[in-house]
Amino acid sequence: MASAKPRVKVPKTAKKGDVIEVKTLISHKMETGLRKDKATGKEIPRMIINKFVATFNGQPVFEVDMEPSISANPYFKFNFKAEESGEFEFTWTDDEGGVYTAKKELTVS
Amino acid sequence: MTKLTRRQFVIVGGSALGVAAFGFGPAQAKSNGYEEYISKFTGGKTPVEGKLTLDMPEIAENGNTVPLTIVVDSPMTKDNYVKQVMIVADGNPSPTVGTFHFTPSLGKADASTRIRLAKTQNVHAIAEMSDGSFYSTKREVKVTIGGCGG
Repeated sequence: MASAKPRVKVPKTAKKGDVIEVKTLISHKMETGLRKDKATGKEIPRMIINKFVATFNGQPVFEVDMEPSISANPYFKFNFKAEESGEFEFTWTDDEGGVYTAKKELTVS
Repeated sequence: MTKLTRRQFVIVGGSALGVAAFGFGPAQAKSNGYEEYISKFTGGKTPVEGKLTLDMPEIAENGNTVPLTIVVDSPMTKDNYVKQVMIVADGNPSPTVGTFHFTPSLGKADASTRIRLAKTQNVHAIAEMSDGSFYSTKREVKVTIGGCGG
């Protein structure tokens, strides 16, 4: 399993009704399956993160089905409307079944 | 160049036309099949142009990481929101790039990522709205150094 380090940026607090910005980044080579090993001439097998899911208090809010055309170290930015306090959970799943998660609290006043 | 008789000229001209026609065939067949993915996504419906903005650089020096932002003009309420947006690149080895699934809790349909582009090509975005309608837009990106390895 490849190592992947997720990083997420979410404001800690927000006013009810505010639309906040969520930024996520994970280190991953996103091997396309199209490259060849220069030394052996063999194809390097595909190994990408194929799914990203963001939930808030357990409810899915934003998802991406990912293909090899997503750049290495996948980055996503999206918005979220703050209605109540709670917790974000972000999950990345790769071709080898590797699952990486990150959590962030949001306090809404 | 030797002088051509009228008959020879017709033959030469005819074969040149033949070559041109032949050349056209493979060029068409070279499409990476992105149209099929779009029609599968829309269930055969033809998307209407508009409501959707695809923000990408006009010239991407490095095809390995090209910024992409999609914004859909939608109130994002429970009854009227964007369900999903599919991105396809018509000049990549595989046309599909990714599908973004939105929900009303986002407040705004505005998402960004970074993608790989193998060469200069059109990037298409197709949105499915909650009422079942489809909208699309496309954008040409000139790529200086391709980003699909090899």
